[in-house]
Amino acid sequence: MKPKEPLVKERQKPQHPVLKHFREDSPGTPHLWCPGCGVGQVWHFTTRAIEELGLDEDKVLWVGGSGCTGRMCTYWHKDFFHTLHGRALSFATGVKLARPELTVLVHSGDGECVAIGGNHLIHAARRNVDITLIAINNFNYGMTGGQFSPTTPRNVNTATTPYGNREAPFDLSTLMREAGATYIARWTTFHARQVINAIKKGIQNKGFSFIEILAQCPTQYGRRNKLGNAVEMMEWLKAHSIPKEKADRMSPEELQGKFIVGELFSTTRPEFSEYMRSVAAEAAS
Amino acid sequence: MQGNEACVEGALAAGCMLFAGYPITPATEIAEFMARRLPQVGGIYVQGEDELASLGMVLGASAAGWKAMTATSGNGICLMQEEIGYAAMTEIPCVIVDAQRAGPGTGIATKSMQGDVYQVRYGSNADYSIIALAPSSPQEMFDLTLEAFNLSEKYRTPAFVLSDEIVSHMREPVVIPPPERIQLVERKKPSVPPDQFVPYRAETPDGVPPMPSFGDGYALPVSSFARTETGRPITDFQNQDRLVRRLWNKIEKHADSIARVEIEGLADAQVAILSYGSVARAAREAARRMRSQGKAVASIRLITLWPFPDRRIRELAKGLRALFVPEMNMGKMVREVERVAGKYAEIFSLPKPGVDIHTPAEIQQEIERWWR
Repeated sequence: MKPKEPLVKERQKPQHPVLKHFREDSPGTPHLWCPGCGVGQVWHFTTRAIEELGLDEDKVLWVGGSGCTGRMCTYWHKDFFHTLHGRALSFATGVKLARPELTVLVHSGDGECVAIGGNHLIHAARRNVDITLIAINNFNYGMTGGQFSPTTPRNVNTATTPYGNREAPFDLSTLMREAGATYIARWTTFHARQVINAIKKGIQNKGFSFIEILAQCPTQYGRRNKLGNAVEMMEWLKAHSIPKEKADRMSPEELQGKFIVGELFSTTRPEFSEYMRSVAAEAAS
Repeated sequence: MQGNEACVEGALAAGCMLFAGYPITPATEIAEFMARRLPQVGGIYVQGEDELASLGMVLGASAAGWKAMTATSGNGICLMQEEIGYAAMTEIPCVIVDAQRAGPGTGIATKSMQGDVYQVRYGSNADYSIIALAPSSPQEMFDLTLEAFNLSEKYRTPAFVLSDEIVSHMREPVVIPPPERIQLVERKKPSVPPDQFVPYRAETPDGVPPMPSFGDGYALPVSSFARTETGRPITDFQNQDRLVRRLWNKIEKHADSIARVEIEGLADAQVAILSYGSVARAAREAARRMRSQGKAVASIRLITLWPFPDRRIRELAKGLRALFVPEMNMGKMVREVERVAGKYAEIFSLPKPGVDIHTPAEIQQEIERWWR
């Protein structure tokens, strides 16, 4: 039997490509997400999008609140704003008004951005503030142990719906379209390339961009609903995804239990920090 | 000029660039004047969808380098409490005006009370410190709003202007000094390049670390997790102890230089009336009347409520036999007075739970009853 290689040598191996964006003094080893969690993938996709756009990273601010997704910003190696549960969009809006030249990215989970932060969500979309909101929808509150959220489908099991969920879920992308977001896309963690492209387009859109990423939470949601391990859950997400072009030709009955994915909506509308500044120009004249 | 309008002019003189607020009586005029005045100086007025959004935007703008402010009443402060703790913990400067109204609960929107003096000091969870100033006149709505910005920047802390319905809606002449006579304080910026910068290390004995803005290239970590000086989250006692003590001490240990007290008629006085805000107007008048009748009664007015001027009030009490504390609440700041001065003088609370302010005659009567 060959002796084990020393650990030091192990560390000299080529590093994972996202590690160069990782904050050196991050807590944990090396992060707090469970094995197989979709949040880490989205962390990767976000840094890829920033790289591919060639952005000056000193001008890219990551904002988050609480929960598994809310923690994403704390691992970003440049400026981060880890705010309060549900309030990430409010804090981000304030930053954008004062420093419109910054790229402001908000990562928010389904519990945070639609439940406790739902009011700020619809108003950020209505104002069309130039923020890219990357909403990770894993259908439950993962950090606190898998309780149901406003996006949990009917009849499934969570820590607080032991007899099955009776409430109707929100369709986030439809909600965002009604509220006024100017770029809306929905993908799953299976669609790596598509997610990276959507984040790039979201950043380039001068206005409120909403990118919903359906993600696996194998530890909580998957376990309680017998959806298997992370890979099986991703395959499940893919199997239930219908591209928008195809979905447009299907009946509501056929679309039951399916996720419509793709670039769902895009338009142009005056942006918040710009039109708020135009008030000053008018008042001065 | 109305008190609330003077408050807006004070904020503009201080360099406020963003106001975010939600309409609430009796603070609404501040939002209305801000909506007109801020754009004239290149600033932005935002109407939040609620108080949480409003203070959130204020903190975002401040972290990005702007001076920013919100205004509300006690009910709005209730909603802002989590963010007040966040601001204290992350040391983001901000100014919060609380035009107090009668409560508890929805209370009486159009009537006055001094019910929020504890809520602004102790409302958010756990231990932190803030600064609160209590104006007594429209002139002070200008002066103290300006001072609140300066203190907030200097100590990297939320600073409150604790007005009430009476002072906010009162109209009196206000003198606005020319810009060259106004002293402005700006937050300390890092003196070192980004690679040597330790985000939460105070370089000076005052315990206040320098603060870059987002986008300045300092890779600034902002989170209200308990943290090391580098911003890394912690769970151990030593780091927690160091952090909480610094946040507490940077204000409490400077109480002597932060807190201002106005004293009138102290010579030979054995009795004093200690008050603040609108009630101080009646208290001062009562003391003047009694002095004109040959009774040596002093008036002590707290301009700063928090940090409480412990040493100053203790020293004053040593020369007095009795201190009367009229407040438009059931007796709040009187507990602080008892704490620091109870050993040296008799302390009497004169509570009145809002709506009607004390009249000078009422205060006078209480003192005379004791005198007999």
